[in-house]
Amino acid sequence: MNLTLRIWRQSGPQDKGRMVTYKVDDVSPDMSFLEMLDVLNERLILAGEEPVAFDHDCREGICGMCGLMINGNAHGPQRGTTACQLHMRQFSDGDTIDIEPWRARAFPVIKDLVVDRDAFDRIIAAGGYVTAPTGSAPEAHSTPVAKANADAAFESAACIGCGACVAACPNGSGMLFTAAKVTQLSLLPQGQPERYTRVIGMVDAHDEAGFGGCTNAGECTVVCPKGIPLNTIGRLNRDYLAATRKGGSNTPGS
Amino acid sequence: MDLFTEGDPVADTKAPEGPVEKRWETRRFEAKLVNPANRRKMTVIVVGTGLAGGSAAATLAEQGYRVKSYCYQDSPRRAHSIAAQGGINAAKNYRNDGDSVHRLFYDTVKGGDFRSRESNVHRLAEVSVNIIDQCVAQGVPFAREYGGLLDTRSFGGAQVQRTFYARGQTGQQLLLGAYQALERQIGLGNVEMNARHEMLELIVVDGKARGIVVRDMVTGEITTEFADAVVLASGGYGNVFYLSTNAKGCNVTATWRAHRKGAYFANPCYTQIHPTCIPVSGDHQSKLTLMSESLRNDGRVWVPKAKGDDRAPRDIPEDERDYYLERIYPSFGNLVPRDIASRAAKNVCDEGRGVGPSKLGVYLDFADAIDRLGRQAIEAKYGNLFEMYERITGEDPYEVPMRIYPAVHYTMGGLWVDYDLQSTIPGLFVIGEANFSDHGANRLGASALMQGLADGYFVLPTTIANYLAAGPFEPVQASHPAVVEARRDVEDRIQRLLAVDGDRTVDSFHRELGQIMWEHCGMERSEAGLRKAIDEIRALREQFWQRVRVPGDGEGLNQSLEKAGRVADFFELAELMCIDALHREESCGGHFRAEHQTADGEAQRDDDRFAYVAAWEFTATGEPAVLHKEDLKFEYVHPTQRSYK
Amino acid sequence: MAVTGIVLVLFLIAHMLGNLKIFTGAVSFNHYAEWLRELGAPLLPGVWALWILRIGLVVAVVAHIWAATTLAVRARAARPVRYAHRSKVQGSYAARTMRWGGVIILLFVIYHILDLTTGTLNPVGDPTRPYANVVADFAPERWYVTLFYTLAIVTIGFHLRHGVFSALRSLGQQTPRGERRARAVALVFAVALCAGYLVVPFAVLTGLVS
Repeated sequence: MNLTLRIWRQSGPQDKGRMVTYKVDDVSPDMSFLEMLDVLNERLILAGEEPVAFDHDCREGICGMCGLMINGNAHGPQRGTTACQLHMRQFSDGDTIDIEPWRARAFPVIKDLVVDRDAFDRIIAAGGYVTAPTGSAPEAHSTPVAKANADAAFESAACIGCGACVAACPNGSGMLFTAAKVTQLSLLPQGQPERYTRVIGMVDAHDEAGFGGCTNAGECTVVCPKGIPLNTIGRLNRDYLAATRKGGSNTPGS
Repeated sequence: MDLFTEGDPVADTKAPEGPVEKRWETRRFEAKLVNPANRRKMTVIVVGTGLAGGSAAATLAEQGYRVKSYCYQDSPRRAHSIAAQGGINAAKNYRNDGDSVHRLFYDTVKGGDFRSRESNVHRLAEVSVNIIDQCVAQGVPFAREYGGLLDTRSFGGAQVQRTFYARGQTGQQLLLGAYQALERQIGLGNVEMNARHEMLELIVVDGKARGIVVRDMVTGEITTEFADAVVLASGGYGNVFYLSTNAKGCNVTATWRAHRKGAYFANPCYTQIHPTCIPVSGDHQSKLTLMSESLRNDGRVWVPKAKGDDRAPRDIPEDERDYYLERIYPSFGNLVPRDIASRAAKNVCDEGRGVGPSKLGVYLDFADAIDRLGRQAIEAKYGNLFEMYERITGEDPYEVPMRIYPAVHYTMGGLWVDYDLQSTIPGLFVIGEANFSDHGANRLGASALMQGLADGYFVLPTTIANYLAAGPFEPVQASHPAVVEARRDVEDRIQRLLAVDGDRTVDSFHRELGQIMWEHCGMERSEAGLRKAIDEIRALREQFWQRVRVPGDGEGLNQSLEKAGRVADFFELAELMCIDALHREESCGGHFRAEHQTADGEAQRDDDRFAYVAAWEFTATGEPAVLHKEDLKFEYVHPTQRSYK
Repeated sequence: MAVTGIVLVLFLIAHMLGNLKIFTGAVSFNHYAEWLRELGAPLLPGVWALWILRIGLVVAVVAHIWAATTLAVRARAARPVRYAHRSKVQGSYAARTMRWGGVIILLFVIYHILDLTTGTLNPVGDPTRPYANVVADFAPERWYVTLFYTLAIVTIGFHLRHGVFSALRSLGQQTPRGERRARAVALVFAVALCAGYLVVPFAVLTGLVS
């Protein structure tokens, strides 16, 4: 198939950037979307032009490094699929495809389609963990966890930190990402001692990073390649309300 | 010209003598300690943030060392450990099915085809139980039973159920546990995290590893970073084959640069080829996707009996199908170990009976299982894998049998380390897939995660203290000749790559290199093929330095430049892999030499001549490497021929 | 947003129930309007109680708008560069129209007060005869007023559909089953309220109330 691509080109953080049109011919429907970009890049290099910079690594939908706004959809038109797992058979001959980077103040563009997602790491560093220094762990079977809770915790833990939720959110909010981690840890007994300090710390870090506020619009969960449910945000809210009532007191029930 | 010369033997002097089950305890007692007040004065560099690097950096920081951590991805959470699907082994014996530390030790030595070190493997089995405790305490959501206790399954042909798992995303969950521990230390200011930084050179001062040269991939700035010790946790080198299940960025540069500075590279030819991957669909293919091994529990592998049978699979009647694994290996059937399943698939395709557009594929058929268990049961077990398969191939595996083919998955070889995980350069420690240590010639399923975390959480933090006890060392000056030279080498190399301005892309060279390696140093190797490969690799390397085109400059983000540097190192490694494969005139584990097989086509080891670790010393590019042998002694698990018939 | 929203929702319910009294006839309806003014007597003189309620409402409205504006300003700041290509809504339509919907509702409320509270824009405009005001307002020849009211009420319905769900979520609704329930409650409530409000003008329009 033959395609017209309109790709966001921006040489660096200071550049204003613009959409540039490219033609790509002989695209096989079996190619992945990123392989199609590889083909474009090889041609650009041989033609003496700068190839398009984009982030990617595992190309099997789990590392969370890739992230493209494809025709206005985070990760493209196929639900539950990262850009690297999207295949060209989802498009038709003659299509025009717009490719843009994630847009958020907290995710500044580094170059072309590559953005800086450090803000997510800072949110985790502000509480998205269980304090359990190596060697201090009790025997694994000393605390049973109800299967339903373990399964629900896993569902939230499946987040790959790609940032599609932020990219799609009309408010530029990173609440689904934050809530996924809060939910995972607040469902497990191991996460209880830090439950309330965690949620305050993570939400503060989220706001400080310049993400917008959540209005439960629900776009995030639609584009999430791992289908993190929106009700994780309800859990976060509940913990947050409880935490503010406690005035930052650390221990649950105190 | 000789391809290599032989030097003095090398020996592991750190593993204590005595009964194997006491060695780790003894070592922990005998190793020197660093007083907590002194730890603050010492810096450790950790390169890589996967299971090994992430857990090591977090643990060292918890202990009080100052840690500088580096990764090439945009966040430490993205390291390729995240893609591991199956699970992690541990000798917990929660199933009461006869498992024990000794059995895990035994299975791992045997599974490694008797090419690993007994003392290391025993230690691995011992700490495996602590890993599970540690991960549970961190909030890793392992699969659980209704009673709330941890669920386990059997994996990779093991006869006990010792594999802990979190659906098909165990690697992700374990890595996020380590990542969160690391982020906690970053938040506390104990770890300085440098994402999007690539190590391009090791700094060795007065015989000791004292730092690294890194490139900031965003600004292009080259800096020299100093420490009292350097830990490499940079993963494996499967991407030398271009197509593999590794992430696109996985590379050998960190370990290869250390090798060039004097660290021995051990057993580079041991590569694991995974049998259940989605076949290549065309020239554009950029990576291969693994389908979990667990599929072989219910899927039946077959090809048509007749060559060139182009009928649709459902039109081929039962008696014209060859369920070759069930035919050749009646007792294990479709569940034979990875290396055997892979080679069998290659053989039937070589006979012209392969399926799919490329003819490099075999069917993995679920029709029987769907008939027997119902579609719903299959969906519950493998639904997500089936979806992934359909996304990639556009075929519905409930209706049409899957097509699979082997792909490069893991490299057992790596930098040589002693029992303390220290390389031949003092102060340079190597952990996880980057070292050669525990898997011998073949790794068992669910053991990679175990080894990475064992090294990072428990082994290295103990053994590195023995080295650091002599520190803090004299601060290194940026003006030291060794530092200046290392930095200049990096800058020169970048300039050279940019200056060629030829007519071929980096990827085109990488693809060609991969084809040579897959053809001659892949599932089956022969003397003639390997010799040919070495010539071709050398010629291609020459071409690379004359014809590669790297657009842009060294300032700022330049992904072509990053790739070019990595491929340049892959060329040198590829040659060493072929030399290692050529010199090892036996078949063992992931190394199969066509000349060395039994009458019925099985791998034939030669324990009299090759029961050693081949540790290679670098001399100069294209010059003969020096082989140092470390003899392997088997006091507890006596070598036998593996048989799965 | 959730707390002020709930105050406004409570008002909407009370207001709708009051409106429905129109079906009990002119006397009863006018009496109800009178009663509202006398509310709280003899504890509070005259219209004091009503004014206290009104002030409370205004505070809730202002706080609601202030919170919404803060969120909107944050949202704008959070995405300084916009997408060149933005696809149509994938989540709920109601959720994406909260802001403009809110503005429309505000304009409507101002008109509505001028129309039926102060009587400034009403053809009868006699504060002592609310029944007559209403009947005159939605007379068939003034169909455009009914149309405008209808559109405004539907907008309120959308606003409520997402607003009620979102408020429950903000206050900690957290299970998948609860989510289904919250969505259903929000939908039923929005539809019921719309119906409750629209039945009055349509009754006038069709001559059922005259």
